[in-house]
Order: sequence, then structure tokens, then C-alpha cells
Amino acid sequence: MSVRTNLAPRGKRGGNNVLVYLVSLIVVAITVGPVLYGAMGGFRTNAQLAEKPTGLPDPWVTSNYSGVLSGGSFWTYAVNSTVIAVITTLVAVVFGVMAAYPLARYKFKGREALFMVFVLGLLFPAAVAVIPLFILVTRDLGMGNTWWGVALPQAAFALPLTVVILRPFLMALPRELEEAALIDGASRIGVFWRIMLPLSMPGVITVAVLAFVTSWNAYILPLLLLQDDMRTLPLGVADFSTEHSADTAGVLAFTTIAMIPALVLFLALQRRIVSGLQGAVKG
Amino acid sequence: MSSEATTGAVASERPHRPHDGWRKWAEIAFFVTPALALMALFVAWPIITAARFSLYDWKGLGPLDDFVGFENYAEVLADDVFRDAVAHNMIIVVGSIIVQLPLGVAIALLLNRKMAGQGVLRTLIFVPYVLAEVIAGVIWFQLLQPEYGLVDALMNGIGLSPPEQGWLGTPEVALWVVLAVLTWKYLGLAVLLFLAGLQGVSEELYEAAQLDGASWWQTQWRISIPLLGPTIRTWCFLSMIGSIQCFDMIWVLTGGGPADATTTMATYLIDEGTNRHNYGIAGAASVVLFAIAFVMALVYQLVVLRRDTKEAAV
Repeated sequence: MSVRTNLAPRGKRGGNNVLVYLVSLIVVAITVGPVLYGAMGGFRTNAQLAEKPTGLPDPWVTSNYSGVLSGGSFWTYAVNSTVIAVITTLVAVVFGVMAAYPLARYKFKGREALFMVFVLGLLFPAAVAVIPLFILVTRDLGMGNTWWGVALPQAAFALPLTVVILRPFLMALPRELEEAALIDGASRIGVFWRIMLPLSMPGVITVAVLAFVTSWNAYILPLLLLQDDMRTLPLGVADFSTEHSADTAGVLAFTTIAMIPALVLFLALQRRIVSGLQGAVKG
Repeated sequence: MSSEATTGAVASERPHRPHDGWRKWAEIAFFVTPALALMALFVAWPIITAARFSLYDWKGLGPLDDFVGFENYAEVLADDVFRDAVAHNMIIVVGSIIVQLPLGVAIALLLNRKMAGQGVLRTLIFVPYVLAEVIAGVIWFQLLQPEYGLVDALMNGIGLSPPEQGWLGTPEVALWVVLAVLTWKYLGLAVLLFLAGLQGVSEELYEAAQLDGASWWQTQWRISIPLLGPTIRTWCFLSMIGSIQCFDMIWVLTGGGPADATTTMATYLIDEGTNRHNYGIAGAASVVLFAIAFVMALVYQLVVLRRDTKEAAV
């Protein structure tokens, strides 16, 4: 380490730092600009928006935001989004870590073929299945317009990625602990529950976050399956935008509040999300 | 090797040795069945059902008995709207890679240095990716509104004239605007993955190059970019799969319009299925979408990604 710090940092040569900061600034302005505009727009009246859409609001108007927060629909959507995302995550993670365990730790005929089933599952676009899924859930299972009716299919579609990320993770855990427990007479299920599961927590959290965010942002399946008071936030935002198309400031306020939970979750668990995505790419 | 031997020893010390084979399979079944059952019911069964629907003329009422063979496929493949949808998907597949790859690599190379505020920069660049497509779509829909939207206001401010029907209302430009918004949404993912790939490049290589007097450009061109190869190829794959399924953003921004200028295969089949109840047509479109995605994935796997496994083997 000490040798390294004495050498020039990577890529410093020939790099013009002013240029780097300038480019970074432009990139950030483009990526964050629209989001900030939305947040600022929520603090304006529609007249202000039409007159002078840039710069800071003058004066700051809070009625759009307070209107959204005191109206019931936002909270209804938020509760639906949360419950559905929690069920999706729990089912995907519990079933996923269970399936990944024998794939990582048992030797048996057909193991790689079984793993391929999950890898192939990654390739199935949800859009292909959506119409029959709609019929299956509403007519055959009678779960149309319910939390479970959306969460279970979402969990099923989240399973391939969960297993594909967790398997190498479980494979990398040291064998000795497992063996020691088996010698002490523990059952495989006991070993899984008391040793493997606690040890694989970092990986489990990664896949949990990915499943949660995917469910939270999902649109196509809820669009077909949920109506009225069962709608989730993305549906609420899209519908609010079409129903109140004249009230731009209101739409911007609603949209901004709706994106806060995902952003907060992302900032809190940034490292997990990033490492999960990297794992998905490298695996 | 030694751990194998230990396991063998453990097994032979167990009292119920004859039952171990049976027990092992029971345990495997216990662990794997829930996941497989859920996927069979909610992934495999609906996809098989879509394929079945595609062979019938069915409007959602009554029994599934009007067998029409491949007529739905003939109808879908002859439908100009669907053909355009396939073309739009391909434009999005190719356009996303052509635009995001060089931009993503360039930004990743620029950010791959020790500099103040790097963590903050990465986080901010990643923000659009974290937002739901719907939420990003609604914001851009507002930004792009004719006349009152920020984009038009800014353009008028510097004396340019935006399209009269609005960015999303003009058939000739709508698809390109959608592509631009998709680029905005997904560039952060490319940058993040490329940065991660660059972190994997060993520091010694850069140091050696610097000692040999290589310039910054030479170092990037000869070391960073070639070593980024596997990451780039995997990212391309993810990007392709995403583009071929593209739905949410388009549904929010244009709904496939104006005049079907931005339909994709997914918006086409959802429109046929939910608005028109042409389940046979929607099923045929689903199968075509799946076939295209599958062939693309297979070819890519064989032609491009195989290089990585081969190189790894050598």
C-alpha cells in the first residue's frame, strides 16, 4: 500500500482535472436536472410554471405538496406498493435461498440442468406471459385486484435472478462449518437454517433489495391486475398525470413525492444494489 | 480434495447409511420444490398458454375451440403495425447500444480516477436508473409538453422552434425522443457497470504502462478498454434484452402513438389483448416476441459471449 500511494494515482497523467469536472458537471446536470425540475415545479403554481419554468420558485408554493399528502389516494397507493413489494420480496427471497442451497451445496445428478432452468428463466420477458397471467390470476385463481395476485407472479419472475446471484454466494462459503455441524448430528435442514442462512445474509439482502425495487417500480402487471383502491404508486402517478393533465404543478408534486421512497431506499442501500448488479453481470 | 474425503468419512459414520440416497433426494426436493412450483405456475404455464392462445381465434368468452392453426401468425406478421413495432424494437436495441456504449465508456473512464466527490457523482449519475420508468416517463412527459413544457420554453428562449405538434406528437421524431429519454434513464447503469469493470483492472498494469511512458490516452485505449471487454459484452446483452421488451416508458410517453409511430412488440400485444380482446393475436405476437428475444440471446451467446468463456479457458 505504501508503495502504491507514492506512485501517481491511476490515470492522472495527461488528465486535465478542470475538463473532468466540467464534463462531470454537465453529465450530472443532465441526469439530475429533470428530477430537480420536477421537484421545483411542485413548489410553483401553474401560472408560475407557464411564465418562468426555470430558476428557483418565487414565491415557494407548498399547496401542491400539502394537497397530495393530505389527499387519501397517495397514501392508499403507497400502502399497496409497500405491501406488494414486501410480499414479493419475502416469497422470492425465501424460495430463492432455499432453491440455491442444494444447487450450491449438494452433489447430485442433473444439478447443472436444474440450474439451467433458472438461468433460462432470466430470458423470459414478462411481457410475453402477461395476458395469460391476467386470465390465470383473475379467472382461474380469483385473485384479481388483490395484493397476493400481483405479488406471487412478481416473485416468480424475480426467482431466476435471485437464484443466479445467490448460488455462487453460497458456494463460496467455507465447507468446514457445515461439516462440523453434520458431524455433531445436525440435519441438513438444520444446517441450512442455523448456519448457511445467517452466513449468507449479505447476499440475501442484495437480492432482497433488487426484488423490492423491481416490485416497487413495476408497471405492466399491476396495470392489468389492479384497479381503483388497489392501485400501486406507479399506476397512481400515471393515472394522476392523465386525469389532471392541466394541473402540471400538481402532477409534478405527486410524481416527486412518489419517487422519494425509492430514492431513499437506494441511497440507504446503495452498496448492496450496486454489488448485486455487478454480481449479476459477472455471473 | 481433503474436504471431499471428510464428507465421505462423515457419511460413512452416519447410522442410517442405506437411507442416505433417499434422504438426500427428499431434502433436495424440499428445498427446490417451492421455487419450481411457483415458476411453473406463474412463468411457464402462462407462456405455454400464450402459445396455445396463438392457435385459436378467441375473444375471451366461451370455450377455446375455434382452432385456426397458424392464421393468427400470418395475420400478425402481415400487419404493418406489428412489422413497424419489430422495426421500432430493433431501432431501440441498436440505438441504445450505439449511443450508450461510447458515452458510458467515456464517462466511466473520466470518472475512474481519484477525485474529490467521486462517490457523490456516481450516486447522482445512477439516480435516473433507480426511478420507476413510469415516474421518469411522467416527468419527461411534462418536460416535453408542447409550448408549456420546459424543453419548448428553453428552445423558444434561444430562438429555435420546436415541432408544432410537440415532441411526442410528431410521428417523425417521437421514436427518437423516446430513445433519448431511454438513454437518459439507462446511461447510469452502463456507467456504473463499466466503472465496476475498471475497478477490476489491476493497478500494476497502469503503473507499468506509466513507467514505460505511455500517455493517458494510450493507457486507456490499450489497457482499460480491452480489459473492459467482458463487462461491455455482458452489458450489451442486458441492454438488448431490456430493449426488446420495452413497454413502460412508451406506454406512459406516447401509448404507442402518434399514428403507431412508437409501438413496440410489447405495446402491440398489450393493446391487442386488453383493449381489443384479441387473445389469439396477442398470443401470436407474444410467441414472435419470445422467438426474437430467444434467437437474439442465443446468437449473442454463441458468437459474442463464447469468446469470454474461451478466453477464460485459455
